[in-house]
Amino acid sequence: MFKFIIRRLLILIPMVLIVVTLTWGLIRLAPGNFYTGEKRLPPAIEKNIRAKYGLDQPWYVQYGRMIGNVLRGDFGDSLTYPGQSVNSILARTLPVSATLGILAYLLALIVGVTTGTIAALRQNSKYDYASMAIAMLGISLPNFVLGPLLVLVFSLSLYWLPPARWGTFPSVNIILPVITLSAIYMAYIARLTRAGMLEVLRADYVRTARAKGLNERQVVFRHVLRGGLLPVVSFTGPALAILITGTVVVERIFALPGLGNYFINANFARDEPLIIGIVAFISIIILIFNLLVDIAYGFIDPRIRY
Amino acid sequence: MNEERPVSDRETSGTEPAVTPLGTPPEPPVRPRAGDILHTSPELAVGEGDVRGAEGGDDEILAGTSLWKDAWKRLLRNKLAVFGMVVVGFIILASLLGPPIIRWTTGYTYDFIPPDTALNKAFAPFQDPQGNFSWTHPMGTDAAGRDLLARVLIGGRISLMVGIISTIVSLIIGVTYGATAGYLGGKVDAVLMRIVDVLYSLPYMMIIIVLLAFFGGRSPMGQLVLLFIALGAVSWLTMARIVRGQVISLKNQEFVLAARATGVSTAKIIFKHLVPNALGPVIVYATLTIPSVMLQEAFLSFLGLGVQAPLASWGSLASEGIQNIAIFPWQLIFPGVTMALTLFSLNFLGDGLRDALDPQMRKF
Amino acid sequence: MSHNGNLLSVKDLRTYFQTEDGTVRAVDGISFDLERGETLGIVGESGSGKSVTNLSIIRLIPEPPGKIVSGEVVFEGQDILALAPDEVRKIRGNDIAMIFQDPMTSLNPFMRISKQLMEITQLHRGYSKDQAYEHAVKMLEMVGIPEARSRVDSYPHEFSGGMRQRVMIAMALSCEPKLLIADEPTTALDVTIQAQILELIKKLREETGTSVILITHDLGVVAGMTDHIIVMYAGKVFEQAPTRELFATPGNPYTKGLLKSVPDPAHEAGTELYQIPGLPPDVAHLPPEQCPFAPRCYRAEDICRRQFPPFVQLNAEHFSLCHFAEEVFAQSRDERAAREAAREETPQGIADAPQIDAAGGSTQTQGEGSR
Repeated sequence: MFKFIIRRLLILIPMVLIVVTLTWGLIRLAPGNFYTGEKRLPPAIEKNIRAKYGLDQPWYVQYGRMIGNVLRGDFGDSLTYPGQSVNSILARTLPVSATLGILAYLLALIVGVTTGTIAALRQNSKYDYASMAIAMLGISLPNFVLGPLLVLVFSLSLYWLPPARWGTFPSVNIILPVITLSAIYMAYIARLTRAGMLEVLRADYVRTARAKGLNERQVVFRHVLRGGLLPVVSFTGPALAILITGTVVVERIFALPGLGNYFINANFARDEPLIIGIVAFISIIILIFNLLVDIAYGFIDPRIRY
Repeated sequence: MNEERPVSDRETSGTEPAVTPLGTPPEPPVRPRAGDILHTSPELAVGEGDVRGAEGGDDEILAGTSLWKDAWKRLLRNKLAVFGMVVVGFIILASLLGPPIIRWTTGYTYDFIPPDTALNKAFAPFQDPQGNFSWTHPMGTDAAGRDLLARVLIGGRISLMVGIISTIVSLIIGVTYGATAGYLGGKVDAVLMRIVDVLYSLPYMMIIIVLLAFFGGRSPMGQLVLLFIALGAVSWLTMARIVRGQVISLKNQEFVLAARATGVSTAKIIFKHLVPNALGPVIVYATLTIPSVMLQEAFLSFLGLGVQAPLASWGSLASEGIQNIAIFPWQLIFPGVTMALTLFSLNFLGDGLRDALDPQMRKF
Repeated sequence: MSHNGNLLSVKDLRTYFQTEDGTVRAVDGISFDLERGETLGIVGESGSGKSVTNLSIIRLIPEPPGKIVSGEVVFEGQDILALAPDEVRKIRGNDIAMIFQDPMTSLNPFMRISKQLMEITQLHRGYSKDQAYEHAVKMLEMVGIPEARSRVDSYPHEFSGGMRQRVMIAMALSCEPKLLIADEPTTALDVTIQAQILELIKKLREETGTSVILITHDLGVVAGMTDHIIVMYAGKVFEQAPTRELFATPGNPYTKGLLKSVPDPAHEAGTELYQIPGLPPDVAHLPPEQCPFAPRCYRAEDICRRQFPPFVQLNAEHFSLCHFAEEVFAQSRDERAAREAAREETPQGIADAPQIDAAGGSTQTQGEGSR
């Protein structure tokens, strides 16, 4: 187990470097520059800017410097937010995105697992059909449609909730963004839970448990749940990766000052240090999270040995 | 009782999972990947762990035609799948035939901006500029006065095209890659699948965003091609895994051995014998990939990185609609609901196909 | 058949499954009695309804699609089918225990063996954790797992198939049940392990006095184990007799076919093993007005395809479902007499040579010789 963790952590570094290199390569291969925009600058000014950002040096020097920055964990200053370091922007935006993401995933877990479990236990009942139809809707309804619709109904028509702006943390402002972000995971987790539970409910060892004389509740809690939830556990790793794309959309709809919003702006503004910084940072989070999920998996399923 | 020696002290090395007493390694953790959120649990449905065992396999290969006929019958019995099929068929027809019909009846096209300069150019559904009932714009118009129905239908064309072509791209890559890995096996397989594992854990959506932001926006057609390639290139991983699993289970069966013994070339065995037999799960997964890719396209278009005006996709229409949500909510609702309905139907169809092709569900 | 001292009495049990192909009459009117301490074998091909019969006894049929349509399962004087679910659960695992076919999948892979064993005594006997743990170790020792104390906390995957089946047996016997139902307990195991497990069940049965129902498709398994045998086909009892008599003088063409298709070590090399022609029937599509075995039967005549056969009593404890039961039975007796005559005349060894019987296939001396 220990060896496995060390090895995964060692693989993590080259993988982040690959992602960063790919991103950097794309940025550099693209025609144009962050400072040119539509118009051409006078040559003297352009020369100054190039010198200031080191763009007059050969590409491998620039690449080396970028990699050095990533390895040091210091991504330099943002180009579009003058005077702000990328690290300070990360530190400011991460809490917003993390709060949003964690709350949304927790909500999705609670609702999804409960719904899926009940649906599996009452397979082919009306409840099962209804909840799975709603889950399918949740999977099919894009969050950029759902979010505005929620705003339309709850903010603009019913005036129950504010059309969110980010406020201090315990605030009703985040209810709509969290629900919007959470919907698709809820649906997905409900389906995964149901499928996983049904699979286990059919398993021989559940029949054994019943033959022992355990009641249905004991059978489900002691014997079914653990195996039935394994797909949900392994979904948690990749879910984080999608959660990030999801937050991008939700942060844009609700104009939240999160990582995703900054990432899109950085792309439009061609803010290379900020793009590299966010990509590297997110890659590390995703890889570490995947590792944590694998470790958790090993604990839950004794058959898996690393 | 010597032969019943415990296996607890069996050596386990590295990430290799412990081998069970029967000699079959436990299945690897089911590992969906980022893009799969939109598939209705495809890994559970047709993942490696679920490839048809040797048991029913022989019969199915021998009785190929009746397998497909049976599956078709089962599919028709599934009301939701039939509903999905009908809706998808209707939307495909409408998006192909609709725009010319609208042009013929009302004279509007998706990119026609009326020349009059009335201040309020967005009409509500079934209203003319004077606010009276009119059939001219059943879905109203967008902020520039373009007919929304025509735009939604053209958007459907683009969205479906992106979905289907990107899925075909992913199919070509995934099937070739997976079949090669599964058939050659051994070290080649190990290396190829290791690469897939690595690719799985990359935040590929961010890289696509960078790609589109820096290379996109040059011409509408160029943008579309970029979308096909980008989305196809990231959607093939799961397909490769599924095909590999299928091929491994099939390749040791007699008809393949027979082909090999008579000197048929490796490429021919892969494409003539293995791929056709692995088709069921591939079809199911491809059906589920289409809505997934469509959603990703919509997501990119929503961020302003996808299809460029005057062309439209459901994502870009929704994105425009959100700007005016307080005043003209239908500009979001119509494209949004049409898209949701299509994805909903495609997902149900995919689910139905999976149930129809899944031999385990046959009895009881 | 004596009804005194019956532990279990099954009367006209019918369990049907609703499938998309129609109603499958998996068990269709089964009746039998089981005395205390007796061992009953239920034999049949896969799909004959033998497993469903026994799952019905402790009401473990998945509903839907299954449903126990009618019948009585009287266990110690009370009808299990009429009990409330809670009361059935008190019987399950406590009075009636089951061992399933596949030990690889019948134990919970996520739970330590100890916990799975403790669960049952904590539930039915109210043992404390420590008591239950000690009991679990004791049970593992009893079923012959070496170093039980150090192995009891293992996970199932750390045990081999035979060991897991021992664990299943230990689990089943934990509460000293009055009835043990063993559903194909050896089918998934290697041949050498099969013998060990059967020996173990036999030994434990003698030690504890438990009644046993042994379900199998393999006549060789029941031969040395059981007192009575029921042969099932297509959800019906085809023949019912004391073990010795069934092997020696079968009264049903189907049983005869089964007996002939058992490989015998003494079987002469080069002769073909008999095989019942055709496949087990599709129970969903059986016409009710004919003998279900008729299409595969060597003795079938017109009447077999027109009329459902009667359940004929051949002697006190021997029943057969066949239009020609008496005739087949008489023929079997003649054959036995011929065999015995041959054995007296010829030296040992040649007597075991295959003989040609009325069906025209080669046969071998099964029966008493194998026990």
